[in-house]
Amino acid sequence: MTNPKSLSSDPVTKAPWPRYVVDTIVWHIMIDQLVEGSLSLCGLWAESDKIHMSVYDESASDIKIISLPLEDGKYPSVSSRHPPALRLERALYDMSGIIAVGCPDTRPWLDHGQWALSFPLADGSFIKKTPSEYVFLPVEGDGIHQIPVGPIHAGIIEPGHFRFSANGETVIRLEERLGYVHKGVEKLFQGKDVISAAKIAGRISGDSTVAYALAYALAVETALEIKAPERAQWLRALMAELERLANHCGDIGAVCNDAAFSLLHAHFGVLREEVLQLTELCFGHRLSMDVICPGGVSTDLTPDAAKRLEEWLEPAEKRFNKLVQVYDDCASLKNRTQNTGFVREDLVRTYGVGGFVGRASGRNFDARKNLSYSPYDQLTFDVTVLNAGDVNARVWVRICEVTQVFSLLRQLLMKLPSGAIVYQLPESLVGDREGMAIVEGFRGDIFMWLHICDGRLVRCYARDPSWFQWPLLENCIKGNIVADFPLCNKSFNCSYSGHDG
Amino acid sequence: MNSLFLQSFLKTPLTIKAPDPDEAALRELAEALDLRAREVLSHSISIREIDAGSCNGCELEIHALQNSFYDLDRFGIKFVASPKHADVLLVTGPVTHNMKFALQRAYDVTPDPKWVVAVGDCAWNGGVFRESYACVGAVSSVIPVDLHIRGCPPKPIDLLKGLLALLEVASRPKIK
Repeated sequence: MTNPKSLSSDPVTKAPWPRYVVDTIVWHIMIDQLVEGSLSLCGLWAESDKIHMSVYDESASDIKIISLPLEDGKYPSVSSRHPPALRLERALYDMSGIIAVGCPDTRPWLDHGQWALSFPLADGSFIKKTPSEYVFLPVEGDGIHQIPVGPIHAGIIEPGHFRFSANGETVIRLEERLGYVHKGVEKLFQGKDVISAAKIAGRISGDSTVAYALAYALAVETALEIKAPERAQWLRALMAELERLANHCGDIGAVCNDAAFSLLHAHFGVLREEVLQLTELCFGHRLSMDVICPGGVSTDLTPDAAKRLEEWLEPAEKRFNKLVQVYDDCASLKNRTQNTGFVREDLVRTYGVGGFVGRASGRNFDARKNLSYSPYDQLTFDVTVLNAGDVNARVWVRICEVTQVFSLLRQLLMKLPSGAIVYQLPESLVGDREGMAIVEGFRGDIFMWLHICDGRLVRCYARDPSWFQWPLLENCIKGNIVADFPLCNKSFNCSYSGHDG
Repeated sequence: MNSLFLQSFLKTPLTIKAPDPDEAALRELAEALDLRAREVLSHSISIREIDAGSCNGCELEIHALQNSFYDLDRFGIKFVASPKHADVLLVTGPVTHNMKFALQRAYDVTPDPKWVVAVGDCAWNGGVFRESYACVGAVSSVIPVDLHIRGCPPKPIDLLKGLLALLEVASRPKIK
């Protein structure tokens, strides 16, 4: 923290990430620091009588959580001065009925008026609100027309609504409306025992099932003050890197496809499929779903499977590099991806955007490095940061990351420790405990916080990296042509399910 | 790029041999499909995929159906952009309340005759989300379903077997 005096010296919970109870004065000081940029917002959630905010301090490579007791179900709005908190505050109201005093936009976000109840996370019962029509932001001017898209999109992708206001072919404003795939994950967590809840965590966003399961397991392990066996930690990293590889290959190909270059789409698709088949060979599931559990992993890697994976790496990397060469040599493809969907560096910093979206616009943050967790502290890898901020830069960051994944997979296989793969959780899980974890998924940093009482979840909060990426997609499409939206959208590939919860 | 083309011509295809249609799917479909289905579906199928609240896992595997290994196109099965162009709706997810209306609308605008394939354990009975206030549960509780392909998510090979069963049953006399 830049101003250590602003926090009491006595946190409620200590290592590895402390949580402080603060008053409104300190709450406002924290917002000051978010506004001036010395802190980035990492998450905003509530329990019945208090609101929690997690912040990332870049200079100290540290995350802290502050908690403010609610006054009559209200708290001073963060978004009134720091816009990245806006959708979080709107969602928080929908979920818990907690009011952000001064919030500049009080339209609902996740609650579309379709549930049988209001404020599902609130204590006690509430009278159901009558749904009002959702009003999109006004766009005025001669010749401006609207193009509504979704929730069902043309491709095989997740649902969400995009409202374009265009002048001819040029987009004046894009407004997103999300929440269509809200499954009530946070409510489902409540009361579940920590073991069975892992299944839900692994299904918050299916493309990041490993990252979510890992974040959940680490948060539980922090709460119980245990660590998974060393071999399990390494196997988890192996799965996480395979997940990154599969998604990067698939998405680089998909970006090419959206620029009408289907040859590369087909070839990158082959690589992706091979990764998934190898993942199944190694861990028994093509996406490694339900393999990571609190305490370790449920499936061990056999020497045969490890050998098959290792033998695949070198020829696959050569093939990947050849495909990258084709991408780089193809002027007509570059013509589509360069200078398209430009994301400003100042916005990336303000919104604390992680993942390749942030790193393609100059924000050097990768949780594996900045908040190093095992076994990444024992592995050698580079984090690529570019400044161009366009579709091409986002593709290139991912290309560079794939190269690093090949290296990481080799290191993981070479130095894989032997021994147990899972520890039994302590029998007596009595008392209140809190845990937190941050994990670098393929899309960016996933934040997970949980509160356990007697072995059952009281609260589990998961913040997808997309929460801070979606608003920048709205911004970056401004001035582009409508036809370039699929390209921009794919270059972000934000999660709907992870965001909607 | 030229060398990539050349290599592709010289190499044997990656595409797998067509699997046998899924037996369980054949049984479910034998009951569900009528004569009209056989007339329409025995030629080719146009599918509109609808995510009704999936975690995106099923979508990944449905996507995989189109890669060089499974190559769905060779069976005359293709994905289309609008339900108005579709014979079959491929629905995933535990049907969130926020998507229920859109799913119903998509079903209504799909021209008759039409069939619905529910993909994944969530579409079967809501899966891990079935107790949620935000989910309806089984797809069949919202629109009529002709075939279920289970799995979390179902592997592409299982999706392929299910869809081939749809073609197979459609092209043979109805079992009563």
